[in-house]
Amino acid sequence: MNTQTGIVEPSFLEHKGKYTGIFSWIFSTDHKRIALLYLFSILSFFVVGATLGLLMKFELIAPGKTIMTPEAYNAFFTLHGIVMIFAVVIPGLPAVFGNFLLPIMIGAKDVAFPRLNLLSWYLYVAGVSLVLISQFAGQGPPDTGWTFYAPYSFRTAGNMLPAVFGAFVLGFSSILTGLNFLVTMHRMRAPGMTWLKMPLFPWTLYATGWVQLLATPIIGITLLMIVAERTLHIGFFDPTLGGDPLLYQHLFWTYSHPAVYIMILPAMGAISEIITTFAHKTIFGYKFMVVSALAIAFVGYFVWGHHMFTSGMSGTALYTFSLLTFLVAIPSAIKVFNWISTMHQGSLDLQTPFFWAAAFIFVFMVGGFSGLILGSLAANVHLHNTHFVVAHFHFIVFGGTGFAFFGAMHYWYPKITGRMYDTRWANIGLVLFFIGFITLYGPMFYLGFKGMPRRYYDYDEVFHAGNIISTMGSWVLYSGLAVIIINLFASLKGGIKAPADPWGGKTLEWTVPSPPPVENFDEIPVITKGPYDYQ
Amino acid sequence: MSTTPELHRDDQASKIGMWFFLFTEMLLFGGLFIVYSIYRFRNAEAFHQAAHELSIPIGTINTIILLISSTTIAMSVTAIQKKDKKLALILLCTTIVLGLAFLVNKYFEWGAHLKEHIYPGSSVLALRGQGDVLFYGLYFFMTGLHALHIIIGLIFIAVITRMIYKDKLNSESYALHENSGLYWHLVDLIWIFLFPLFYLIT
Repeated sequence: MNTQTGIVEPSFLEHKGKYTGIFSWIFSTDHKRIALLYLFSILSFFVVGATLGLLMKFELIAPGKTIMTPEAYNAFFTLHGIVMIFAVVIPGLPAVFGNFLLPIMIGAKDVAFPRLNLLSWYLYVAGVSLVLISQFAGQGPPDTGWTFYAPYSFRTAGNMLPAVFGAFVLGFSSILTGLNFLVTMHRMRAPGMTWLKMPLFPWTLYATGWVQLLATPIIGITLLMIVAERTLHIGFFDPTLGGDPLLYQHLFWTYSHPAVYIMILPAMGAISEIITTFAHKTIFGYKFMVVSALAIAFVGYFVWGHHMFTSGMSGTALYTFSLLTFLVAIPSAIKVFNWISTMHQGSLDLQTPFFWAAAFIFVFMVGGFSGLILGSLAANVHLHNTHFVVAHFHFIVFGGTGFAFFGAMHYWYPKITGRMYDTRWANIGLVLFFIGFITLYGPMFYLGFKGMPRRYYDYDEVFHAGNIISTMGSWVLYSGLAVIIINLFASLKGGIKAPADPWGGKTLEWTVPSPPPVENFDEIPVITKGPYDYQ
Repeated sequence: MSTTPELHRDDQASKIGMWFFLFTEMLLFGGLFIVYSIYRFRNAEAFHQAAHELSIPIGTINTIILLISSTTIAMSVTAIQKKDKKLALILLCTTIVLGLAFLVNKYFEWGAHLKEHIYPGSSVLALRGQGDVLFYGLYFFMTGLHALHIIIGLIFIAVITRMIYKDKLNSESYALHENSGLYWHLVDLIWIFLFPLFYLIT
C-alpha cells in the first residue's frame, strides 16, 4: 500500500495515459473509468426517464386533457419504459458498481476482458442512441409500451424498428458484461479466495451473470423476429398469416421475467454489503445468502407465465406458474430474514447508506407482498390490468433497484471519488425521496384495487383524489432526487478527503486507497479469512 | 490508459469466455427451434408437403461441405500446435473455400425459390395457405440467420489466416485460432439441426 511504502501512486482519476481529455475516458479499458462512463450515461438517462414520468403523472392529476395529447402520453410511457428498463435498471448496478468494485473485491487488477468491457459500453451507447432516434425520425414515436406486444408492434405506424433494434443492441451489451464478469470470477479471484470466501456482492453478480447469459439471447431473437415481421411480413406472430401473438408473449417474458432478477440480484448484493458494514457484524447465514441468490436466479426462469394469467393459458399452466411464483418468494424472504438477523445485536452505525438499506428493505417487502397478491390466480384476474400492477412493479423495480442503487452510491462514493459527501443534505434527500416514493406509488395500490386501469390516459372522476395525492408525491420524489444528485456533485469539489476505509468495512475494496490506483493493488493480496471478519 | 498497464494473457479465460458466448448462440437459435416446433405441431401436414420442395441433394452436399470444413479447421489448430505453419494456412484456406461453397449453394437454392415467388410476404406464397407461409418464413429466417453466422465465421477465419501468415499467432498463442474453430463448429452444429428440420421431414 502507499502508506507503507511511502510512494504515492497516482489514483485512476489522475493517471496520465496515452490519451488526454475526453479520450482518456472513452478509450480507457480501466474497469474503474468504464464504470464511471456507465454511471454518467445511466444517470443522464435516468433523469430523462424520471422527467417523462413526472410529466405523465402531471397529466394524470385530473381527468381529461391536462398538458398533453393521448398520442403524446402513449409515446411518453413507451419511452419511459424502454429507457428505464433497458438503459437504466438492467445495466444499473452491474455496469456501474459491478464494473468498479468486482475486480477490487475479488483482488484482481481488472476484469478478464478489458477491451470487451469497453465494447459493452459502446454498444450500450449505440443501443440507447437508436432508441432515442426512434423518437424523432420516421412516422412518429413508438407507442406500444416497452413490451412491444404483437401484433400491434408490427402494425402501428410508429417508428418501431430503431427502438426494437436498439433494445436488441442493449441486450448484446448486457450479455457481454455478464460474460466478462463470469469469466473474471472464474479465473481472477485472489489466491486463497475460494468460492465461499467471495463477498456477497460478487456472488450476486455471479448469479446475475448467468441470467444475463442464458436469458438475454431469447429476447434477442424475439426482437429480431419483430424486426423481420415488420420488414418481411414473415408471420411469426401475425394471426392473419397463421402466427400466434400469444407465443410472442411467452418468448418475451421468458427473458423479461428473469430480467427482473438481473435488476434485483445485484441490488440485494449491495444491500448485504451495506448492512454488514454498518452493523459491524458478520453477515448472518452467509451460505444461505449465496444459495438463495443462485436459487432466485434459477427459479426465476420458470415463472414468466404469471405475466400472462389473463392472456389465455391452460388451467394446468396457470396453477403451475402460480405455484412457482410463490416458490420464488422463499429465497427472497430468506434474504430479508438474514438482513434483519445481521442487524440484531450488531453495533449499528446510523449513516446515510444504512438508511438507504433500511428503506430498501421496507419498500422491497411492500413490493414483494403485493407480488404475492398478484401471483395468486383469483386476485390476479381482478388486478392484472390495473394500477395495482404499476404500484407493485415500481415498488420492486424502482424501490428495489433504485433504493439499492442510491444506497450503493452513498456507500461507495468515498471509494470512487476520494471525497466524503455532505451527510445532512444526503439524509434530507433520502427523506424527501422516501416520502415522495410512498406518496407517489402508495395510492396506486388503492386506485388499482378500486379498478383504475393501467396505461390509460383518462380516468373516471371517482379516481380523482387518489391521483392528486399520487401526482403530488411525484413532485416530492423529484425534488428529493434533485437534492441527492446536486449534493453528490457539489461534494466532488467541496467534500473532505475520504480515508481508505471511512465506514469500517472489511471487504478488499476498503484496503486500497480512495480513489484506488490504476492497478488497484500494489501486490495481489492473499486471502486467508472469510469476507466479513468482524471477530 | 488505453492499454492495460500490465499485459495480461490468460488463454484459459478466453476459452471459457468463448464457451459462454456459444451458450448464448445456442439459446438464440433455441428460441427459433421452439417457434419451429410449435408451428410444425400445428401445421404438420403443410410442413410435410412444403419440405418436399426443398432439394435434398443440395442440402446433403451442404451438410457434407460443412462437416469437412469443421474437420479442416480442427486439423489446422493441431497443425499450428505442431508448428506446421504452411499446413495450417492450407487447411484454413480450405475451410474458407468450403464456407464460400456453402454460401454459393445457398444462393442458388434461395434464388430458385425467389424465382418461383416463394418468399415471405409474396402473394403467391400467401395463396398456398398459412402452413406454407410459416414453413417458408421460418426457412428463410433460420437459414438466413445461419448464413449470417457463416459469413461472420468466415471473416474471423480470414483474420486468423492473416495473423498466422504474419506470425502473430503461433504454437505459443493459438487461443484465438482455437476459439474461431469453436465458433465454426457451433455454426456447423446448428446446420446439423436445421438440415433434418427443413429437408428431411418429408
